[in-house]
Amino acid sequence: MMERREFVRRLLAGRGDLLVVCGLGSPTYDVAAAGDHPLNLYLWGAMGGAAMIGLGLALARPDRRVAVLTGDGEALMGLGSLATIGVKQPANLAIVVLDNQHYGETGMQPSHTSAGIDLVATALACKFGQARAISDIADAGAVRDLLHGGRGPILVQARIANGDTPRVLPSRDGHAIKLRFVEALGAIRR
Amino acid sequence: MDDRTCNVGWPDAIYAQFRRIGIRQVGYVPDAGHSRLIELCVGDPDIHDVVLTTEEEGVALAAGAALGGQRAALLMQSSGVGNCINMFSLMKNCGFACLTLVTMRGEFGEFNPWQVPMGSITEASLKLCGFLTYRVENAADVEDIVAAGCDMAFSGDLQVAILLSQRLIGRKVWTK
Repeated sequence: MMERREFVRRLLAGRGDLLVVCGLGSPTYDVAAAGDHPLNLYLWGAMGGAAMIGLGLALARPDRRVAVLTGDGEALMGLGSLATIGVKQPANLAIVVLDNQHYGETGMQPSHTSAGIDLVATALACKFGQARAISDIADAGAVRDLLHGGRGPILVQARIANGDTPRVLPSRDGHAIKLRFVEALGAIRR
Repeated sequence: MDDRTCNVGWPDAIYAQFRRIGIRQVGYVPDAGHSRLIELCVGDPDIHDVVLTTEEEGVALAAGAALGGQRAALLMQSSGVGNCINMFSLMKNCGFACLTLVTMRGEFGEFNPWQVPMGSITEASLKLCGFLTYRVENAADVEDIVAAGCDMAFSGDLQVAILLSQRLIGRKVWTK
């Protein structure tokens, strides 16, 4: 099993122009800890929506790569969106589920994945072109390559340890996060 | 009266507004009232049509579209509004434009009483979520009201819902 901060740090090393959507809770803190960046969309709510934000963004910007980093609980709440993404087949979208098999924000209650519910099999059943589970930090580089060059839709279930990590809190101002993102992407419409 | 005969005209007027305002993504859950408009959007190579498993996915889709510089619209039935409530907070918190067209059920000549509880609180729910709401009762008003709603949503990054009344859409006729 992997230490989440180290895994996310390796995933985002030399990220270039990658667009990153972070699911609420620990994934948002993990991405912030790896280095604040204007092309991070930090979510503090909207649970279950991260993958679909990724889809809207991937469809709007087929010239860019989009990575959704989210938790198992957040992904489970939006399970239907895997089917929706499977219909659209966005080649530039990858979802990485940081799976500690627990709801970290609410007191470490076990999630469905701890009972063996298989997100990789779910993604494959939803016509994702590539889906794999990893649990060894040595595979982080291969996942990073997938984010930048693999044909989507891609899902990676990354098994991480559920130990405590210090919270690294990015801005909670949704307007500021959005404006910074669209300015950096040059996506402002007037 | 089948869905097609009661749908001709006003859905085309909505589609014309989508073209005018530059809608590039349309999220929808299949719906009889929106069937003609969905057909027009699916047939448009400039529009990504995204069929959803639940309406709240469309809210998140619209946020992602806006991040990437595209405008989106959501088509749903009044029952779908209830599925979106928490996801609407995304639009309010970040100030994303949100344009939704809602076909009303449960308010006029409704055959199915199960549609009434949500239909009767749809507009109030949207208002509580921060939406501006505009009701359309007559086909002749569709163009004007939808045009105004589109402009409000996208010129000010506001959340706008246009409620298409059940009288406009036509009663759902059940046949054995």
